[in-house]
Amino acid sequence: MYTQALNAKDASAGTRPEDTARLAVFQSTVDAEDKIEPNDWMPDGYRKTLIRQISQHAHSEVIGMQPEGNWITRAPSLRRKAALLAKIQDEAGHGLYLYAAAETLGVSRDELYEQLLSGKAKYSSIFNYPTPTWADIGIIGWLVDGAAIMNQIPLCRCSYGPYARAMIRVCKEESFHQRQGYEIMLTLCRGTPEQKAMAQDALNRWWWPVLMMFGPSDKDSMHSADSTRWKIKRFSNDDLRQKFVDATVPQGQFLGLTFPDPDLRLDEESGHWHYGEIDWSEFKRVVAGDGPMNKQRMAHRRQTEADGAWVREAAMAHAEKRRQRAAAARIAAE
Amino acid sequence: MTDKTPMPLWEVFIRARSGLPHKHCGSVHAPDATMAVQAARDVYTRRGESVSIWVVPSAAIIASDPNEKDQLFEPTSTKAYRHPTFYDIPDEVGHM
Repeated sequence: MYTQALNAKDASAGTRPEDTARLAVFQSTVDAEDKIEPNDWMPDGYRKTLIRQISQHAHSEVIGMQPEGNWITRAPSLRRKAALLAKIQDEAGHGLYLYAAAETLGVSRDELYEQLLSGKAKYSSIFNYPTPTWADIGIIGWLVDGAAIMNQIPLCRCSYGPYARAMIRVCKEESFHQRQGYEIMLTLCRGTPEQKAMAQDALNRWWWPVLMMFGPSDKDSMHSADSTRWKIKRFSNDDLRQKFVDATVPQGQFLGLTFPDPDLRLDEESGHWHYGEIDWSEFKRVVAGDGPMNKQRMAHRRQTEADGAWVREAAMAHAEKRRQRAAAARIAAE
Repeated sequence: MTDKTPMPLWEVFIRARSGLPHKHCGSVHAPDATMAVQAARDVYTRRGESVSIWVVPSAAIIASDPNEKDQLFEPTSTKAYRHPTFYDIPDEVGHM
């Protein structure tokens, strides 16, 4: 999902003997579905996993503004433009909720942001695909945000309190994103043949990358055991992907669109939609930085960061000047 | 970026409507209190969630130590007589 790079295993920290008792208290708290809060004792691995997961999620929200930002000046009506602006502002807000949640684990937002800008930290592969047509904006809302919701609803019950609370806010807002996206698709599909063809073309390009958002197949996913025991992750990548496909295929059929998968069929027995093999070599390439838009996305982010530096510096200098003036006035009055 | 003074952190509390207390909802970074209130409005109240915002410098919050919560809160756990259900009242007396 927005944290696919977590599926690469890192050297996990060993537990110190004196921590055994505290570990037992920690695990029983988690098992009882109680929340872990910022200053509670937690295993190093739990803290590290959360910092990586929450910050990757935050980075994804921030980078995720770019594919949609591409269409603000070209939205087809004022109504669409207002909705798109509100949605993109939400993505910025989601990034900020998540950075705030990550900071409660003892890491600064500046550090996390530096990891994004230096390329050390990853973000979701999905934002490395281009948005050449207006239908792509519909698809992002309907499918990309739809997949995000599927992944994020279980995170509302994550064992780490600040992350769970941030996800509750995010999920409430994502629902608007998905509905506005589907409405765009519906309008195109009920429009001229050219508009419908544009919708179909967007679905053809995005379907497989969206399925990849859920991360590697369970048999290749490395981090699941710890995350499951710690109740950070509640459903496997494949389970969530299946839920998404089952929910989405009928929505696509309602639009009168076809999915670019010759193997897609309803399995009568299980009631699930069977889908074809995902091209994991493309997934690995895009996560590793070699997708269609990786270089542009990072170059744009770095440029924006550099362009805004003087504003942050000026605001800090102004605040400092006012502090000094207030202090001087106090001394003069005494 | 890393060699500069970090932008101060503020804890944000919002009141959903009159009659309810301000409730913690997250944090923002801002150079001063005025900008912290504006940032809190943009980040936490985009859908009419609030009629009032408090921002408090995070460093100004004094918190109890979670490692000492057992000792700190122990005195109340043994005082069942502070609760109404501790007292037996005959049913005939009715609701009290």
